[in-house]
Amino acid sequence: MPEIKVTPLGAGQDVGRSCILVSIAGKNVMLDCGMHMGYNDDRRFPDFSYITQSGRLTDFLDCVIISHFHLDHCGALPYFSEMVGYDGPIYMTHPTKAICPILLEDYRKITVDKKGETNFFTSQMIKDCMKKVVAVHLHQTVQVDEELEIKAYYAGHVLGAAMFQIKVGCESVVYTGDYNMTPDRHLGAAWIDKCRPDLLITESTYATTIRDSKRCRERDFLKKVHETVERGGKVLIPVFALGRAQELCILLETFWERMNLKAPIYFSTGLTEKANHYYKLFITWTNQKIRKTFVQRNMFEFKHIKAFDRAFADNPGPMVVFATPGMLHAGQSLQIFRKWAGNEKNMVIMPGYCVQGTVGHKILSGQRKLEMEGRQILEVKMQVEYMSFSAHADAKGIMQLIRQAEPRNVLLVHGEAKKMEFLKQKIEQEFHVNCYMPANGETTTIFTNPSIPVDISLGLLKRETAIGLSPDVKKPKLMHGTLIMKDNSFRLISPEQALKELGLAEHQLRFTCRVHIQDPRKEHETVLRVYNHLKGILKDYSVQHLPDGSITVESILIQATAHSEDQGTKVLLVSWTYQDEELGSYLTSLLKKGLPQSTS
Amino acid sequence: MAAHLKKRVYEEFTKVVQQQHEDLSAKKLRLTKPSKSAALHVDLCKATSPADALQYLLQFARKPVEVESVEGVVRILLEHYYKENDASVRLKIASLLGLLSKTAGFSPDCIVDDAINALQNEKSHQVLAQLLDTLLVIGTKLTENPSVRMRLVEVACKHLTDSSHGVRNKCLQLIGCLGPVEKGAAKEVENQAAKDVQKIIGDHFSDQDPRVRTAAIKAMLQLHERGLKLQQAIYSQACKLLADDYEQVRSAAVQLIWVLSQLYPESIVPIPSSNEEIRLVDDAFGKICHMVSDGSWVVRVQAAKLLGSMQQVSSHFLEQTLDKKLMSDLRRKRTAHERAKELYSSGEFSSGRKWGDDAPKEEIDTGAVNLIESGACGAFVHGLEDEMYEVRIAAVEALCMLAQSSPSFAEKCLDFLVDMFNDEIEEVRLQSIHTMRKISNNITLREDQLDTVLAVLEDSSRDIREALHELLCCTNVSTKEGIHLALVELLKNLTKYPTDRESIWKCLKFLGSRHPTLVLPLVPELLSTHPFFDTPEPDMDDPAYIAVLVLIFNAAKSCPTMPALFSDHTFRHYAYLRDSLSHLVPPLRLPGRKLVSSPVSPSITPHEDPSQQFLHQSLERVYNLQHLDPQGIQELLEFTIRDLQRLGELQSELAGMADFTATYLQCQLLLIKALQEKLWNVAAPLYLKQNALASAAAKQILEATYKMEFMYSGVESRQVVIIHHMRLQAKALQLIVTARTTRGVEPLFGMCEKFLQEVDSFQRCFISELPHMQGSFVDKLLDLMPRLVTSKPWEVVKILQTTLRQSTFLHLPLPEQLHRATANIIEPTGESDNPLRFTSGLVVALDVDATLEHVQDPQGTVKVQVLYPDGQAQLIHPKPADFRNPGPGRHRLITQVYLSHTAWTEPCQIEVRLLLAYNSNRSKASAKIPKSTWSESLEALPQSETGIEGTIPFSKPVKVYIMPKPARR
Repeated sequence: MPEIKVTPLGAGQDVGRSCILVSIAGKNVMLDCGMHMGYNDDRRFPDFSYITQSGRLTDFLDCVIISHFHLDHCGALPYFSEMVGYDGPIYMTHPTKAICPILLEDYRKITVDKKGETNFFTSQMIKDCMKKVVAVHLHQTVQVDEELEIKAYYAGHVLGAAMFQIKVGCESVVYTGDYNMTPDRHLGAAWIDKCRPDLLITESTYATTIRDSKRCRERDFLKKVHETVERGGKVLIPVFALGRAQELCILLETFWERMNLKAPIYFSTGLTEKANHYYKLFITWTNQKIRKTFVQRNMFEFKHIKAFDRAFADNPGPMVVFATPGMLHAGQSLQIFRKWAGNEKNMVIMPGYCVQGTVGHKILSGQRKLEMEGRQILEVKMQVEYMSFSAHADAKGIMQLIRQAEPRNVLLVHGEAKKMEFLKQKIEQEFHVNCYMPANGETTTIFTNPSIPVDISLGLLKRETAIGLSPDVKKPKLMHGTLIMKDNSFRLISPEQALKELGLAEHQLRFTCRVHIQDPRKEHETVLRVYNHLKGILKDYSVQHLPDGSITVESILIQATAHSEDQGTKVLLVSWTYQDEELGSYLTSLLKKGLPQSTS
Repeated sequence: MAAHLKKRVYEEFTKVVQQQHEDLSAKKLRLTKPSKSAALHVDLCKATSPADALQYLLQFARKPVEVESVEGVVRILLEHYYKENDASVRLKIASLLGLLSKTAGFSPDCIVDDAINALQNEKSHQVLAQLLDTLLVIGTKLTENPSVRMRLVEVACKHLTDSSHGVRNKCLQLIGCLGPVEKGAAKEVENQAAKDVQKIIGDHFSDQDPRVRTAAIKAMLQLHERGLKLQQAIYSQACKLLADDYEQVRSAAVQLIWVLSQLYPESIVPIPSSNEEIRLVDDAFGKICHMVSDGSWVVRVQAAKLLGSMQQVSSHFLEQTLDKKLMSDLRRKRTAHERAKELYSSGEFSSGRKWGDDAPKEEIDTGAVNLIESGACGAFVHGLEDEMYEVRIAAVEALCMLAQSSPSFAEKCLDFLVDMFNDEIEEVRLQSIHTMRKISNNITLREDQLDTVLAVLEDSSRDIREALHELLCCTNVSTKEGIHLALVELLKNLTKYPTDRESIWKCLKFLGSRHPTLVLPLVPELLSTHPFFDTPEPDMDDPAYIAVLVLIFNAAKSCPTMPALFSDHTFRHYAYLRDSLSHLVPPLRLPGRKLVSSPVSPSITPHEDPSQQFLHQSLERVYNLQHLDPQGIQELLEFTIRDLQRLGELQSELAGMADFTATYLQCQLLLIKALQEKLWNVAAPLYLKQNALASAAAKQILEATYKMEFMYSGVESRQVVIIHHMRLQAKALQLIVTARTTRGVEPLFGMCEKFLQEVDSFQRCFISELPHMQGSFVDKLLDLMPRLVTSKPWEVVKILQTTLRQSTFLHLPLPEQLHRATANIIEPTGESDNPLRFTSGLVVALDVDATLEHVQDPQGTVKVQVLYPDGQAQLIHPKPADFRNPGPGRHRLITQVYLSHTAWTEPCQIEVRLLLAYNSNRSKASAKIPKSTWSESLEALPQSETGIEGTIPFSKPVKVYIMPKPARR
C-alpha cells in the first residue's frame, strides 16, 4: 500500500521552528526551515541530524519549500544550507525571496553583534543560501524533477505567504504554512481550489478561537487614535517592522485621508523602509482595494506617514509614531515611551502579544510604576491600550479551508497540543476524515489509495462506447479489453491487437452445457418450440433457426437430441464462447426453467 | 458506406432545393430586388476554396439584408450548405441562417424543415451546435406555433445524447426556451414519449460536463421564467449541485434553489442525519447562507444577493446569520457589540481600555460547538467581512431588504451596518449609510452607535457626508446626550466643510422636530443663556448659530413651553429667520404674537381638504358654464386662473394640480381671445398688428402644451389626450392665421397637408379616447375629414375656422397626483459681488449644485444653460454620474460647468439656469399606444411628428459675476 510519511522536526504540537519532513511516493520534501524564538541554544534550530547522521542532506532531500518570510519559518535556512550543507533547490515566492534575506540579516546582527555569539552564520552565508532559492509564482506548477511538482496558492498572512501543493503522480499533500481566511487592510484571504489532496497539513494557532469581526477592532483602534490626536496627545504604536506594521500604516493612512486630518504620522526607520519598498513592488500580492487603486496611487506610497527622527519626539503638538520593537523591551520604542509616559494625554497602543518580562507586558497587566535601569522609577500616566491584530485563521477559518480543499486526511501543526485536540475532534466529526497531530520527531504514516491511470486505445474506446447507450458517470461501465503492463505503463487495448502485439495465437474457449427437457414430441418439434420460446423472450437479439436443426442466438449454438434411454426427455446442448458468457448463462438458466406449455 | 450515405443525402436534397429554386425565381420577379441573393450566389459559386467562401460570407454578413430578400438569401445559403464539405463554411452558413431569421418582419417557418434536415445529416459537432442555435432563434420567433416548437424540442431531445458538450448545451437551451410550459398544451400535442421536459432537463443535472450541467440548470430556470411550475422533487437534486466542483454550476444551482424556495416555501423537508424536519424555505436559506463562504466570489455575490429576497424565512434562522458564537481558548466570548451594549446598559462609559477586558467568560461544552454549521450561522458576518467589495455590497443590500421586512432583525443588524461605515471602499460605506436610512423607521440608535455614525461626518467625501445628513434626518435618538452629541458633531462638520451648510440645517430641522422633548432640557445650554447675567448677543450671520436656532425652533413647534426659555434677541432672530429661511423655520405660536397662518391639521385627508374642494368647485364652474356670452367666459376664466395661481402659492401640496389646471385654462383663454379678434372680419393683410396677437397666442399655447406634457409627473393618458388636443387647436389657429396673412396658395399646401397628417396621427394614437371627446374640435374635424382631404387649402382653412369656433371646451380630468418638476439652484448663489476672474481663452470651472424635484429620468433630460451677456447661449449636458438620488422623486445635480469667453473690459453677469429637454417622440402618449398601430403609423408617416425637440426652462436663472481678463503678455 502506498503511503505518505510526515515527521515534524519543529512545530509539532508547538508554535515556532516550523520544519516538517514529508516523504511522498519516494520523494522527500522539507517544508519550512524555521527557528524558535524561545531558545538561545541548539534547540533554536531543528535537529537536522534526524535526516542523516553522515553525508550531505542533498542526497536525502529532493527540495525545500519555504512558505513565508517570518523567522519561525525561514530562520534556520542559512544554517541548514551552508553550515549543515544542502545544495538542492529551495522554493519560495518572489516577495519571500526579496524580504527573507533582510530579516535573516537583521536576525544575524542581533545574535552576533548584540549578543556576541560566535559560530553563527555570516552575511556571506545568507547570500550563498539565497542563491540556491528558486522563486515561484502563484498557481505556477513547478516541476522539481520528472515526478515531483509543486504549486503555490495565496495564503494572506503576510506579503508573499503561500500554501504549497506537493504532488507526485496522483498523490498530493498541501502544506498551508500560516494563513488568514479573513482579508485585512493590505492582504486578501487565503484561497485554494478543490484539489482534494491526500493530506492537508494545516497550521492551528487559533484552533480554539472564533474571532470577532475585524471591523470592530479596526474601528476601536482608529477611534482611540483619533480621540487622542484631537486632544492634542501623542500616540505611540510599538510594532515589529514587517507585517502588521504595514497593515496599521495603511489603516491610519486611509483614515487620515478620509477624515482630512493633519497631525503628522511618523515611522521609525530601520528595516521598514526597505521592506516598504518591496510592498510597493508586489502589488499583485495585496488585496482588491490596493490592486484596484494602485494605478491612481500606490497605497504604500504614504502621503501622511513620514520617516521619524529622534528629535521629533520632543516636538509639541499631536503626533502618531510607529516604532520598533513591538514589545517595548529595547530600542527606539522604549526611548519614546520613556519620554511620553508622564503625560496623561498621550497613549500607547500595543497591537500584539507581549512576552512576559518585557515592559510591554508589564504595562498591559496594569503596572503603573516601572523600574528602569539605574533604579529610576518611571510613572506611567499615559493611557495604555491593547489591540489584537493577528493574521492567522481562526477555528472557523481552518474549517473553511478544509471544506474548500476537501482533503482525505488532515494533519495539524503549529499550535498547542491541547487546542489541537479540540480541533482534531471537530474535524473528524464534521468532515469524517482522519486527523493527526504528531509531536516533534514523531512520524505519522498515512496510507493512500491512489488511482492508477491507464491508457486506452481509441479504437477500443469508440467500439465499446458505441455498444452501450450514452456514458453515464453514475454507473460503472463494463468493458472487454486486454490490460498490458509494459515498461512502467498501463495500456488497455482490444484482445485482437494484444494478440498481434504479443505475437500469440488466438485460442477459443467454449462452454457447453446440457439441459434436459421433458418433451415427448419429436426432436425438430422440440427445437421449434425452443426457437419460438426464445424468440418470444429475446426480442433484441437475433435468434435464428438453422436448416440443420440447430438454433443460434447471436453466437450461441443450441442443438437438441433425444435422450438415449428416455425418449420423452430431450437433451438440449447449449454451447457458447467465453465472450458471451453472460448471455450463455442466462440462456441456460432460462432453458432450465423449462418450456412453457405450448398452446399448439 | 459513409460516402454512399452522403451521396444519398445529397440527392435527396438537391431535389428539394430545386423545387424551392423555382419558387425563388417566381419571387424574384415580384420583388424586383434579386441582386442581393443573386450576387451572393455568384460569389459562392466563384469561391474555389473554403477560405474564399468564408471570406465572401463574412463580407456578406456585414451588410444588412432587406426583409423581402431574406428568403431568397436563405435558400441560396442552404443550397451551398448541402454542397459544402468544409465544416467551417457550414458553420458560418448556419450562423448566418440564425442571423437572417432574426430579421424583423421575416417569418422563418419556411426554413424550419430545411434546418432540421440539415441537422439530421450533420456530422461536425460545432456545426450541429450552431444549427441548434439557429433553430432556437427560429423557435423564439415562432412563438405562436406550438407544433413547430414541439418538433424543435423533439429534435433537441434526440441530440441530447450527442457526445459533444456544445451540442448538448444548445439542446438544453433550446428545450428551456421552447419546451411546453402549460400542461394542457403538452397533452394536446402528445407524442410517443409524453415529453416531461423537466425530467429530461433534470437528467442532465448529473451530466459529466460542467458546462452541460450549467446549461441544464439554466434551462430549468428558463422554464420557470416562462411560467412552468417546477416540481419540488428537483430540490434535492439542486442541493447536490451546490457541492459541484465548478463555480458556474454552483452559481446557477444557488439560483435554482432560491426559485424553489420561493415556489414551495412551506413544504417540509427532512434534515439529513436526523429525524427532524424543517420548512423548505428555511432549509434553502441555510444552504444559500452556506454558499456565502464559498470559494468563488461569483458564487458568493450570487448567494448574498439572493438572501435578501428570502423574506418568508423564520426569524430565528434570520437572526443566526448575525451570530458567530465567538470563543477563545474554548471559552465563550462576547462580541464587541455585546460588550458595547452591556456597557451602555450598565451606565458605564469609558471602559474597554483594559487589556483582557474582552477576556473570555464561561467555559463552553466542547461537544456543543459546531464549527461549520449547516445552518445560517454567521453568514452575514462572513459576507460583510469578505475580501471582494462586490460581495460586501451584495451583503449590505440583502441586509437592507431583510431588515425592512423584519423590525427585530433590523435592530440586530444595526451594529453590523454601523461597522460597515468604516469600510475601506467608499461605495460600500455609501451603500450601508443608505441602507441604514431605509430601515431607520425600525430602529433607535444607542449612544455608542450614534457615536460611530457621527464619526463619519468628518469624511472628506461629500456624498458620504450628505448621505449621513439624510440618515440623521430620519433617525431616532434615545437620549438628550445623543442629541447634544449629534449637534456638536454637525457643528464640527460645519466648520470643517462650510459648503455643507444647507444640508446640515435641513438635518437639524428634522432632528429638532423629531425630538422636541430631548431638545427642551438642552435649550439654556445651547442658547448660552444665564439666569442672572445677560450674555452677549450672538452673531446672526454665523451659520453655526443659525444651525442651533433651526434645531431649537423646530423643536419648539411642538413644545409650547420652550419659548419661555428664549431671551429677547432670540425672538428677534426668530422673526428674521422666519422670513429669510422660511423653509427651515416653522411658524411658532409665540407669546404676544399673532400667528401668521394656522397650520393645517394633518388629520384631514386631501379629499376632505377645503382647498381641494375649492379647486374642484372652481373647475366645475368653468366647465359647466359653457354657453355664456364670450365676454362672461373670458372674465370667469381670468378669475379662475387667478384663484388657482393663488391657491398654488398657498397650498404647496396642491401647487402642481393648481398650476396644471391654470395653465390649461390659460390656453383656453388665449384661444378664445384669439378667435374673437376683429381680424377675422376684415380683409386679412391690413391688420398686421392684430395678426401678431393671434399668432403669438398660438405660439404661447403650443409652448404651454409642451410644458403641460413634460414638466409634470403623474400625467396620465387622459390628460395627454387633452393636451394634444389643445396643441392641435393651436396648430389649427396657426394655420388659419397664416392663411389669412400670406398671399398665394403655395405655402399653404404644405401646411395643410402637414396639419391633416397630424390630425390623422392624433386619431391613431388616441383612438380609444375619442368617444370621450364628444363635440370637441377633433370630433367635428374627424367627421369632416373626408371633405377636408379632398378640398383645397382655402376651403380647409374655412372649415377649420368654423369648427374651431363651434367646438366646445373639453373637460380636463385631474389625476390623483400631479407634481410640477422644479429645480432650485443652490450654488452658485448669485449673491457674490466679487467677479470670478480668469484669463480669457482659458476655461474656468463653475460649481453648480441644484436640487431637482419630480423630474423623471433627470440624466436624460436635465441640461444646464449658460447665457452670456452677448446673447451667446451654451447648453451643457451633465454626466449621468453627476446626478444623485437622495430620495424618491428628488434628485441632486452636482456638476461643474466650464466657462470661457474672450476678454471683457468690465466684469459682467452671466445667467445659469436649468432646462428640461423634451422630445415629442418620447412623449408619454406614444409609449402607451399598442405596438401594432405604432409600427403601422411609422410606415405611413415617417416624419410627421417625430423629432420635435425643445427645452423648457424650469429653474430660476442665477446670475454669476465673471470677468475674463485679457491674457498678459
